[in-house]
Amino acid sequence: MPASSEILAMPTQAQPAGHTPQAAASRIERVIEALLAACSIATVLTTAGILLVLAVETWSFLREVGIGKLLFDTEWTPLFAQKHFGIWPLVAGTCLTSLCAIAVALPLGVLSAIFMSELASPRLRKWCKPLLEILAGVPTIVYGYFALVVVTPILQRMIPDLAGFNALSAGLVMGIMITPIIASLAEDALHAVPKGLREAAYALGASKVPTILRVVVPAAMGGIAASVIIAVSRAVGETMIVAIAAGQQPRLTLDPRVPIETMTAYIVQVSMGDTPAGTLEYRTIFVVGSALFLLTLAMNVTSYKLAKRFRRAT
Amino acid sequence: MSGDQARSHTGERLFVLLAALAVALPLLVLLFLVLAVGHEGAGRLSFDFLTSYPSRHAERAGILPGLVGSLWLMVLTAVIALPLGVGAAIHLEEYGRRSRLSRFIEVNIANLAGVPSIVYGLLGLGLFVRTLHMGRSVLAGACTLALLVLPMVVLVSREALRTVPLSLREAAYALGATRLQTIRHVVLPMAYPGILTGAILALARAIGETAPLVVVGALTYVTFVPDGLDAPFTALPIQIFNWVSRPQSAFVVDAAAGIVVLLVTMLLLNGVAIYLRNRLQKKIS
Repeated sequence: MPASSEILAMPTQAQPAGHTPQAAASRIERVIEALLAACSIATVLTTAGILLVLAVETWSFLREVGIGKLLFDTEWTPLFAQKHFGIWPLVAGTCLTSLCAIAVALPLGVLSAIFMSELASPRLRKWCKPLLEILAGVPTIVYGYFALVVVTPILQRMIPDLAGFNALSAGLVMGIMITPIIASLAEDALHAVPKGLREAAYALGASKVPTILRVVVPAAMGGIAASVIIAVSRAVGETMIVAIAAGQQPRLTLDPRVPIETMTAYIVQVSMGDTPAGTLEYRTIFVVGSALFLLTLAMNVTSYKLAKRFRRAT
Repeated sequence: MSGDQARSHTGERLFVLLAALAVALPLLVLLFLVLAVGHEGAGRLSFDFLTSYPSRHAERAGILPGLVGSLWLMVLTAVIALPLGVGAAIHLEEYGRRSRLSRFIEVNIANLAGVPSIVYGLLGLGLFVRTLHMGRSVLAGACTLALLVLPMVVLVSREALRTVPLSLREAAYALGATRLQTIRHVVLPMAYPGILTGAILALARAIGETAPLVVVGALTYVTFVPDGLDAPFTALPIQIFNWVSRPQSAFVVDAAAGIVVLLVTMLLLNGVAIYLRNRLQKKIS
């Protein structure tokens, strides 16, 4: 066996270093490999860039204002003369729209997943998934238009004291947008449940639907939970729907009928105006961005861990 | 007993119906949305709408700067993101060797894919607009969008590279080809349709993005088209956002017409992607 490795190593040993065409070729190979490596390092630099930009501006904000005013105030009015920097109204707005969204997307997404994985014929399934994924590919500005111009007027007929800008209609439309995320990932999870479990349930006399609800879905719970968390994270980071349809009035409320402002919508609101760099208003969008980044990162990591544990279990 | 069975049978049917409805409902909502937008905007759609500048008069406003701006952004984004993304994918798939570094890069890319698009906007504002002094230019916008779609380009390219059977690489090595020659003459030609399709889909996503461009500083009222990399710019979705945000209902019609243009553009791009994939795949097999 050692002989074979000697044979493989022979040509390079026999070569005089430097000037042969092979040496030139291997130099090119090494240069290109380095270039390709640089490309993947670029993705790491992107992350570093995000962290750095957010950290620098957030740090200057905190030095000027202090973390106390950020966490222990209940009003967010950095654009007014009487400035308050309590971030909770924006967080509440984000939670509210995300809750509305998940109230739509959770049942629709999980039921769709069950349909595609357990009930539909293979041919139908082949059609369902790409069709549902169209929903996630529609630009969010289109959903924003939909929420403001179509859904809100319809809802106002049913709920008379619904404001023109409100968390409800933005959240509901966002729910439609994130449904395919849950449907697609939960379907993968259901699909990964071993066939033996279903067969064991059938052997015990259970029919199809009880098997799905009491055996398959519980077995896939880890994967389904992971899909829901990813969907919530997407809802929290979603911008245009809430910027258009949910309003620009930060307030600490759980009432979905009134105008609110989400973290993302605040960043858009400030960006639309002219804010010179270095002002406090300019820095607040990075502070809100940092909070948003940390919130979504925490959810993404949790989801990733859940999905990994689930994959190992099945 | 038989009554119980019959009841549970109806229950089963109801459940199946409910699940089928869960798939159909979002799709019906989408269909309704597209029809509503089309109905609203159809009256404004004309050749003039495509070739006019925005105006204070809703019935005379057009979408030319947005259309041209989006085209600029798309081409520049492609030029920046595709070499980087495909290069990174080749590095990770073909040179990765399961090293700790490449696993770290993988986790990092998965995380980047989950970062909200508006945070990329903040990155673009802090890095490209301010630190690198690009200003609120079309180049700064394209750089931001390029970083935004980079994880997606890497992911789809890796998937395409992974479909190339290992045995083909081994055959090339056995014939004395180097790693680079194998990649250039065997792996890339086979993975090409998949990479191309993924790239077009990523670009389609890029031109639908609004939030990062708002933060980077795309203008909302532009009466010129960009004439260079450092020119101020607008884009289709930004123009639509501007019209939607106006209180006068006449502009809502403009927004609807703009949305139709945006959706048709995206549909065309997706169609091209699917067509190319089918054609190129047939050629290979």
